Parts: sequence; structure tokens; C-alpha cells
Amino acid sequence: MIRVLLPPHLRTLARVDGEVQLDVEGPATQRSVLDALEANYPMLRGTVRDHVTQERRSLVRFFACGQDVSHEPPDAPLPAEVANGSEPFLVIGAIAGG
Amino acid sequence: MLMSGVRVLVGTRKGAFALTSDGKRKRWKVSGPHFAGWEIYHVKGSPVDPNRLFASQTSAWFGQIIQRSDDGGKTWFQPGTPAGEPTTTPDGMPQGESNKFVYDGIPGSHQWYDGTQHPWEFKRVWHLEPSLTDPDTVYAGVEDAALFRTTDGGKSWHELSGLRKHDTGPKWQPGAGGMCLHTILLDPSNPQRMYIAISAAGAFRTDDGGKTWRPINRGLHSQYIPDPNAEVGHCVHRIAMHPSRPSTLFMQKHWDVMRTDDAGESWREVSGNLPTDFGFPIDVHAHEPETIYVVPIKSDSEHFPPDGKLRVFRSRAGGNEWETLTKGLPQRNCYVNVLRDAMSVDSLDPCGIYFGTTGGQVYASADAGDSWAPIVRDLPAVLSVEVQALP
Repeated sequence: MIRVLLPPHLRTLARVDGEVQLDVEGPATQRSVLDALEANYPMLRGTVRDHVTQERRSLVRFFACGQDVSHEPPDAPLPAEVANGSEPFLVIGAIAGG
Repeated sequence: MLMSGVRVLVGTRKGAFALTSDGKRKRWKVSGPHFAGWEIYHVKGSPVDPNRLFASQTSAWFGQIIQRSDDGGKTWFQPGTPAGEPTTTPDGMPQGESNKFVYDGIPGSHQWYDGTQHPWEFKRVWHLEPSLTDPDTVYAGVEDAALFRTTDGGKSWHELSGLRKHDTGPKWQPGAGGMCLHTILLDPSNPQRMYIAISAAGAFRTDDGGKTWRPINRGLHSQYIPDPNAEVGHCVHRIAMHPSRPSTLFMQKHWDVMRTDDAGESWREVSGNLPTDFGFPIDVHAHEPETIYVVPIKSDSEHFPPDGKLRVFRSRAGGNEWETLTKGLPQRNCYVNVLRDAMSVDSLDPCGIYFGTTGGQVYASADAGDSWAPIVRDLPAVLSVEVQALP
């Protein structure tokens, strides 16, 4: 079970409170976690990654275990603590005012 | 004709609001914010089914969301994922297509602010125009400029790419607000004819249901572009049409208020005695096709009313001769703007006129503009105003 913490606007969109818990097949990577997120919450498609290119939207960032993993390759393994559910995978809207 | 009421749909920088009243339009109920914290560029109802509303919910962070209501705005859902229904198709495919606006083919490039070419990049939906006859068909005007259409109630969107692929596309350029397709006018007498307008490309018309388009900018004169009389490149801010005269269009351009009586083949200036002819919105009285409204703004570099006085100007002669409407509007220290999609008229009698400001006020007139009162004063900056007469 992988835990994902979404920013407030996406929690509203997905109609969830608190963390999302996902079953992810295979190794836990950004891609596999986001694939599982979008499969379970299709209304989030396009909000974190581009619909077509699947690239991270430029004002969205990913954190895990206190580290910014936004620029890690999408198929790189996430930390073991995220993979075993002891730490959440954080999706964060970049701080840019507004 | 006394309808049972009106519903004003307001899009703001931080959510959507619905303002409702009876036919007298004196006492108002305010509901919202819906989609709190998101930019709501536009909310508009279907002329066929007033309880069916479409909203463009958007964010620089999280992209484009299309919302739909089938109960007049009480509840909303993303049409690709209806509330209470399975979120995947029977074969397991996600149903999240309603947010997806993908250009047809390789998008190509347009002119950037510095004159270089820049790739087309989808940013947001500015304007949603529901079909006059089919509640499942809606047109969407987007930034970077293109026209999309849904025929399944918003579940999926497809580009009418003949417009963006027009030969002049590489010459289109963004205005200060981005390169947006902000106006869509459907000809009620001819389902094959449609007008659109783009900042800063100009106005275009199709006579074959959106397959092919041509610029209709003859007569426009824009001193801020290298060739002031160019075929494209004009910063058209808004076009309005009375449904009884679909070949007559009124335009608020970056500067100049313009008019055509031949479906855009030629335009002439009708700014007349306006104190300034810069502005954003323009609209037509619901029952008088020669009565039009504008809200003049001081200049392109000072987007607020001249002299701190918020004034609507009305022409009952289709332009040129304008009267000042001030009763109930602030006449000192007012420095708000009224954006291009933030004015609307209802179909009651007398005609109601509505507009919203960047200061968060929504003003209403129940007597065709003679007097005004704020419905609300302190919303987030208003991006769009639409009104529905309810049976």
C-alpha cells in the first residue's frame, strides 16, 4: 500500500480527505504511483501530468522522505519508505503566490 | 413577459457564484463559491436546457477541468466521471477525458511577443458556448487560440482545427492576456455559420460548420501593429450580435468600437462621442437590436475608467451617438476594470443588463441601463458574467 498526499485543490477534485492509499503493481516509481492514482481517480488525469506527454506539470513538484524528487526520472525507484507505506509520496503545488 | 426569475452565473479568480432573483430583479440570493480557489473563466447554461450548465475551471498549477451541472448549479460533476458512476469503463479504461484538450496533429507555431515563432501550447478554456439546439453540444474557445467542440455533453472534446490551421496562423500573436479565443457567436438563422474572435488575430467566420474559416477584419485599423490594416493581428476584445440580425455585429476592439452589417465583410467605426473607445465588453439589448452597451476604459496602459467614474455608455442608434449611464454606479475613486466576458443581458422586459468588475462587484440594471445597483460588492475579481432567464 502506497500513501499519496495530494494538495488541497486536488483532494477537492478527487473528493477525498487526507491521504490517498493505492495498490501499485510492480516497483514503486513516480510513473507507477501516478498511473495508479489516475486509474483510481480519473478526474485527476491531466492535473499532475500532461495528458499526452505524461510529463510533470511545471508548477507541480514531488517530494518523498524530505527529498525533492521532482526531477528524478519517472521510472526511478522511489525510496523504500514510500514503497512500504511508512512515508507518503507528496504531490505539491509549487509556491508561486496567487 | 414576466419570467419566474433570473440566474446570473459569475466566474471569478477564486471560484464561481450563482446570483438568483425573481423577475423583479431587486432582491438577490448569492450561492458560492463553487470550485473555491480555482479560476473560473466562464460558466454558461444551455439555451435548450437552462438547468444544464458548463463551467471552465482552471489553474496554472493543475490545468483545465470542465464541470457540468444538470440541476441548475446545485451539484456539479466532471462529465467524464459522473458522480456515483464507475470511474472506469467496462473494459477498465479511465473516464477522465473531459479535461483533455489536445490539438489536432502537430500544433505548429504562432508569433510570439518579440516577433519570433512560438509553439502552440494549450493553457485554458476561456469561453464555453453551448449549442442553440443540442444540450450535448458545446463549443470551447481556448488559449492558445483554437476552437474545440464536444458532442457528448462535455465528456470528450475535439478540435475544429480548420481555424488554427488557417494560413494566417503563424501571424497570430498573444495580447496582454494571452492568445485567447474568447468570443464564439452562433448564427441562429444558419447552423453552418459561426463567428469567433481571437486576441490578437482578429475575427473569423465559418460558413460550413467550422471546417473552413476566413478572417473578417476589413475596415479594422490598429496603429499598434506594423501594418495597421493587416488581414490579421488585430486585438479584438469582444463581439456581440442580436439574434434577430445575425449579419450585424458590434465589436469592442483594443481601441475603437466597430460595426458590420454584412457579416464581417466590412467594418466601420461607431465610437462617435465616447470619452474613450478603449474597452473590453460590448453587448446588445435583448429586444432592441440597435441598442448597444460598452464600458469605456481610459487606455491600453491604464485599464480603469476615465476620471475614476464607472460609466456604462448606451447607444440607441447602433453606435456613434452614446449616452452616459451613471445612476447607481460609483462616480468617484473607482479604478476597476470590466473584462471582456463580464457583461450580459437577460431576456426579460424591461431588459436587464449585468456586468462584473475586477474589484468584485456585480452590478445589475433592471431597466435597460437607466439605473444600477450592486448585487454583490466583494467577490474575487470577476472574469465572466452570464445570465439566464428562468421559466
